[in-house]
Amino acid sequence: MAEIRIKGVAKDFGTFTALHDVDLTIADREFMVLLGASGCGKTTLLRIIAGLETATKGEVWIGDRRVDQLPPRERGIAMVFQNYAVFPHLTVFENIAFGLRMKRMPQAEVTRRVTRTAELMHIEQLLKRYSGQLSGGQRQRVAVARALAMEPEVILMDEPLSNLDALLRLEMRAELKGVLAGSNTTTIYVTHDQVEAMSLADRISVMNGGKIVQAAGPVEVYRNPAARFVGSFIGNPPMNFLSASPAGAGQWQVGGQVFAGPEAPAAEFAIRPEDLHPSDTGLPAEVRVVEPLGPHTLVTATVAGQPFRAVIDSTLVPRPGDVLHLAPMADRIRWFNPETQKAL
Amino acid sequence: MPRALPYLLLLPATLFLVVFFLYPFVNVAWDSVTRGGEMTLANYQRMASHWKFPTAFWNTLLLAGIVVPIQLAMALTMASIVTKLQKGRSTLLYIFAIPLGISDLAAGLIWLAIFEQSGFLNSMLYGLGVIERPILFLSYQNTWVILLAIVLAEVWRATAIMMVILVAGMGLIPKEYGEAAEVFGASRWQRFTRVTLPMLKPSLQTALILRVILAFEVFAVVVALGGTQFPVLMSETYQWQFTMQDRGVAAAYAMVILGISVAFTLVILRLLHVPKEARI
Repeated sequence: MAEIRIKGVAKDFGTFTALHDVDLTIADREFMVLLGASGCGKTTLLRIIAGLETATKGEVWIGDRRVDQLPPRERGIAMVFQNYAVFPHLTVFENIAFGLRMKRMPQAEVTRRVTRTAELMHIEQLLKRYSGQLSGGQRQRVAVARALAMEPEVILMDEPLSNLDALLRLEMRAELKGVLAGSNTTTIYVTHDQVEAMSLADRISVMNGGKIVQAAGPVEVYRNPAARFVGSFIGNPPMNFLSASPAGAGQWQVGGQVFAGPEAPAAEFAIRPEDLHPSDTGLPAEVRVVEPLGPHTLVTATVAGQPFRAVIDSTLVPRPGDVLHLAPMADRIRWFNPETQKAL
Repeated sequence: MPRALPYLLLLPATLFLVVFFLYPFVNVAWDSVTRGGEMTLANYQRMASHWKFPTAFWNTLLLAGIVVPIQLAMALTMASIVTKLQKGRSTLLYIFAIPLGISDLAAGLIWLAIFEQSGFLNSMLYGLGVIERPILFLSYQNTWVILLAIVLAEVWRATAIMMVILVAGMGLIPKEYGEAAEVFGASRWQRFTRVTLPMLKPSLQTALILRVILAFEVFAVVVALGGTQFPVLMSETYQWQFTMQDRGVAAAYAMVILGISVAFTLVILRLLHVPKEARI
């Protein structure tokens, strides 16, 4: 059992607060992604769980052990670093075996585990090489194999794919998902790439300004952002936001149209670009730029003077200057409190 | 012309080295194998058969054998500490490097001022009432005290040069390697022996070669503290050249020093060799 519980963890670097009282529980064998822009505190949180950084306050529990005062090696974790940290003076075999040697595991068991994980990561033919003779992708595989060979309860990954080129990243992403699903580990994975987060995660913790804004499944985070930030950070293109003025009880006027919304003193209207379809009565959007992407066309427009994007069927070919009427799908409309930025 | 330019620019330095280094070097080598204009090994025979030669030879090796390991251990410790410092790093480096700015003779004299009969050590012990009359520390009767004094002076004087090289070398090791080792179960000591030391090999090589060669050339400190009580190869070279006025034997001594320097350099290069594919 390796449930991870983070209780009120905060971290100050001098006068800068990197983490504000973070609470998070990660279930046993769950794949949790910490997602956020650079500087949001996601890597700091990961390093606190790893023991490479000490929290200013708060507790970290792995299973039924409180680990925040323990050194990294007593926490039952393995880690994959952003720059791989594959030791240049050791062969691939010895790199994968490093943690096992530190545990003084018998040679037969070391060989068995190294061979097994190397096969799993398809690097069995590289075992005698040094890191200087490997490509970036191969080094990444060695780093993952080294972590898996420990058969740890928890694997921590710090932007493991960010140094790979786009094609390789896609390939490794699918492979990582497969390999980790087959192991019994709880995974915490840090990334700034929302596509990576969506495709890998059981749950995503979206972080901003040292706080967890929302922790939920990928679809939930996408469909029902708990805060305006989540909607604007996740999705490419991001969610559209339009100001709304009250038009009677639970009625809001947006871009000349009236929509049923929440009963609140103020609200902001939000809709994802793909949740719009052309109609005769929708929001009037003045087209600025048209970008055909193959299956769909991305239209950048303005609605009542506010920027607005729509993803429409590519059979429709609007021109800049045209006015498109875009009707939002009623069940996909979201409302936010303009003060607190939280979902209504 | 552009192709010749680099060579042209290197010419002054090359000339300088040829005139002031290569030419005298060839001269000395030649002096060592000739006597009265004839090729002979007589100089080497005379050197080796003199009763002081084995003592000077083994003293030099013994001194290097004691001083260099102590300095290596101290320099590694100091470099590790300096590297970990958040603040005051350069201040500490400068303080550590002060003895480097003092000539070896001056360093010898400083330690002589401590150990001689009317020196600081005797005054202090006498003042504290530990001893009744000053002790003659640096006499021929206790060579080991002379050796100890020389070792102390050498360690004090020349450890910083190794440390500076090692600090630079440690700065080149990305800290993720240490963190990876930490996460994968290495203790502090294991991180040092399994990660830092192997990755520090190129710097260790430079530091050791430099220090070992300097150790074989040890002279002023030894003369200041031991006079003729503690002969080493360099002081014997000096004796033969200036006291005995025998250029040939002095040249032979110089060649022996060169010989062991080259030999040890090769050994260090071999022992600390890092294959190209295993470099950072």
